[in-house]
Amino acid sequence: MFAIIKKEVFSPEVKLIEVDAPAIAAKARPGQFVVLRIAEEGERIPLTIADFDREKGIITMVFQEVGKSTVYLGALKEGDKLANLIGPLGNPTEIEGYKKVLCVGGGIGIAPIFPIARGFKEAGAEVISIIGARTKELLIFEERMNKVSDRLIITTDDGSYERKALVTEPLKEILEEDSSIEKVVAIGPPIMMKFVAKTTQPFGIKTIVSLNSIMVDGTGMCGACRLEEGEETKFCCVDGPEFDGHKVNFDLLISRLNMYLDEEKASLEAYRKVEDK
Amino acid sequence: MSADEKTKKSRVRMKEQTPEGRIRNFNEVPFGYTPEQAVEEAGRCIQCKRPQCVDGCPVEVDIPGFISLIKENKFIESAHKIKEKNSLPAVCGRVCPQEEQCEVLCVQGKKGEPVAIGTLERFVADYEAEQGELELPKLPPKLGRKVAVVGSGPAGLTVASDLILLGYDVTVYEALHKSGGVLVYGIPEFRLPKVIVQREVDYISKLGVEVVCGAVIGKMLTVEELLNEKGYSAVFIASGAGLPLFFGIPGENLNGVYSANEYLTRSNLMKAYLFPQYDTPIKKGKRVAVFGGGNVAMDSARTALRLGSEEVHLIYRRSRKEMPARHAEIEHAEEEGIKFNFLTNPVKFIGDDKGNLKALECLRMELGEPDDSGRRRPVPIKGSEFTIDVDLAVVAIGAGPNPLLLSTIPDLELNRRGYIVADEETGKTSKRRVFAGGDIVTGSATVILAMGAGRKAARAIHQYLEWTNW
Ligand SMILES: Cc1cc2nc3c(=O)[nH]c(=O)nc-3n(C[C@H](O)[C@H](O)[C@H](O)COP(=O)(O)OP(=O)(O)OC[C@H]3O[C@@H](n4cnc5c(N)ncnc54)[C@H](O)[C@@H]3O)c2cc1C
Ligand SMILES: Cc1cc2nc3c(=O)[nH]c(=O)nc-3n(C[C@H](O)[C@H](O)[C@H](O)COP(=O)(O)OP(=O)(O)OC[C@H]3O[C@@H](n4cnc5c(N)ncnc54)[C@H](O)[C@@H]3O)c2cc1C
Ligand code: SF4
Ligand code: SF4
Ligand code: FES
Repeated sequence: MFAIIKKEVFSPEVKLIEVDAPAIAAKARPGQFVVLRIAEEGERIPLTIADFDREKGIITMVFQEVGKSTVYLGALKEGDKLANLIGPLGNPTEIEGYKKVLCVGGGIGIAPIFPIARGFKEAGAEVISIIGARTKELLIFEERMNKVSDRLIITTDDGSYERKALVTEPLKEILEEDSSIEKVVAIGPPIMMKFVAKTTQPFGIKTIVSLNSIMVDGTGMCGACRLEEGEETKFCCVDGPEFDGHKVNFDLLISRLNMYLDEEKASLEAYRKVEDK
Repeated sequence: MSADEKTKKSRVRMKEQTPEGRIRNFNEVPFGYTPEQAVEEAGRCIQCKRPQCVDGCPVEVDIPGFISLIKENKFIESAHKIKEKNSLPAVCGRVCPQEEQCEVLCVQGKKGEPVAIGTLERFVADYEAEQGELELPKLPPKLGRKVAVVGSGPAGLTVASDLILLGYDVTVYEALHKSGGVLVYGIPEFRLPKVIVQREVDYISKLGVEVVCGAVIGKMLTVEELLNEKGYSAVFIASGAGLPLFFGIPGENLNGVYSANEYLTRSNLMKAYLFPQYDTPIKKGKRVAVFGGGNVAMDSARTALRLGSEEVHLIYRRSRKEMPARHAEIEHAEEEGIKFNFLTNPVKFIGDDKGNLKALECLRMELGEPDDSGRRRPVPIKGSEFTIDVDLAVVAIGAGPNPLLLSTIPDLELNRRGYIVADEETGKTSKRRVFAGGDIVTGSATVILAMGAGRKAARAIHQYLEWTNW
């Protein structure tokens, strides 16, 4: 179990793996995540379920190499096994009952927005999607998103592909033109989600963001993933990972994500040293 | 042995690491008895005809029985004697609150010190384990029925081993990647070495119990599915009290404020004290405040010292007398230099411009009228606010029931505090074929009580499955 069946490299830092995990695939729904551990000494890291195939019993994860664990994960090959894979965790996205929705994916966030967009589509909604990346080679899942979107807008920060803009620009234009959009779902870097929420606020459109706070157990036992939604403290892993973007304290989220910067650097350096040998 | 020696007033002490030495490592603090010491201490037991001590033990270990075997140098037989009632003696000998249970009632305690029942218990258990592979009991013929257990803490492990010995097939589902419950993620290595817990888990696996780690029941599988699709005849819920409580005061979400669950899980389960050899990081504060007065608070404070913190303050809103921690832990913490601040409560965490904890505002308290628990209620003294500089805080003020699993079983009756309502003698819940025991029923309690609940439930499950098909 937990063998990597297939690996795809989208860019030097962004990779996809399909893993054999029938029990999780059987239950996975859009918006949920897993916690995995690569090896005995490994930490528990959460990754969103970017796709699942119940029949084949596999789940797909797309990840960006940002530190030791994700770099290590990226170095694994097809056939390698993960030590643990736990899930599906978190609450699924609310998908039913919408006529028209807008999905926004930024960077690595495009992968987890995909099953959500597909879910909306399958539930009969009209889906407009905006996906953006810093530069062309970091843009992933274009084809998949195209298939499940009635309209797909693509942006790059540097203009190397399609429209040169941040995702919030087309978002604002669409909301100005079209008042029939009932819900916006945005996944991407915290700062992007913060500005998406700022953009949609004046339009009063329900805006859901999927948050990625630091986690340990992922089951509500430790409180590492605390964040604030309105006045209330919530646990990202069990109360979320999706929250009301208009109420989330993004500054707190970002500050908590930076809690272990020094340790993360030390960990990656130690790993690189071993790898070089 | 002369009568004189028998009634010696003070007990034989275990050798232990010096306080200066042990705060630099995570090794166990006491070394345990040597065989000679064990025999000597056993000699202090006068083998009461009607032993009071047994009344204090929640699982009624035959205390004079196992001690008399120690006197005869029959250590292995002594271990077997304990195991008739308590399948985890190496654990209980170390962590039971003996001063409130067996030892408090020992007649020797009336004139001097009680017999060191716990230390003797751990001695024979360790002795047996050192002799190599434990002999496996003969298993009865299989009954052809399966029972699922949710959670691998002391309650879950006990019910599993009892049921497999009755002929059931047993699967234990554990949410974390390692089994043992609080014994692995909560109680630190220096108090309960993890090899001991692993030994117990290995033992029940060898008996044939299937232990599935990383299986979050309620998410990957529901209780309903276990009962109906997976073919289990009964489910025993032993999911513990794993929801961390916070004060709910300003600044509590600053970087550097941990729940004890997170702090201890990082250190114990994830081995953050071995970072970066192990990947999980943990904040090492210079000046640390730990809130609470129980075992969890002691464990957190002593962990902080061992991680290299310079000054560790324990902050407790009542006085020393009311502290619920085991006496041995309080003494160890004091010897190690933890600074106790009684009758003190935090009102606010103060952060710097980067969102990191830098200080703590507290209030002094005084004891007023007794509350529901019979302890005098602490009341704040007006105008007594003061601040202390700390860069790390650990909140160890209790735990609640984790709703993750319970919210997926709508027809399970819960009490006012959110714990499962279950019959004390049988573990029966309001839902057919579902039993429960341990902290998820009683709220945070003790290892031995959780094991006792597991044992009673095993008996009841057997009875129901055999006779009534409930
Ligand atoms: C619900 C959820 C879903 C996620 N889905 C994805 C995904 O689909 N693809 C993806 O690339 N990333 C995802 N992440 C983020 C991913 O978990 C982190 O990038 C990863 O843990 C980093 O580990 P590292 O050792 O490589 O980096 P580190 O060097 O340890 O950390 C780099 C940064 O990652 C974050 N991080 C570190 N440890 C954790 C942790 N235990 N939990 C969460 N974040 C952490 C911190 O912000 C940190 O600054 C998700 C996070 C959450 C909470
Ligand atoms: C730090 C600390 C120190 C302590 N010190 C002492 C001491 O010195 N002496 C003493 O007697 N007692 C002590 N206790 C209390 C004692 O550990 C508990 O009372 C005891 O462990 C309860 O046992 P349990 O089997 O009910 O639950 P737990 O030991 O809590 O085990 C429950 C298990 O269930 C798992 N679980 C939860 N939800 C799910 C799910 N949905 N699916 C699958 N698995 C799930 C959990 O991951 C956990 O492994 C201490 C507790 C703590 C936290
Ligand atoms: S199990 Fe605990 S209470 Fe019972 S005899 Fe042993 S140490 Fe004492
Ligand atoms: S009460 Fe004390 S002296 Fe008497 S049997 Fe028990 S341990 Fe021995
Ligand atoms: S990750 Fe531990 S409570 Fe959410």
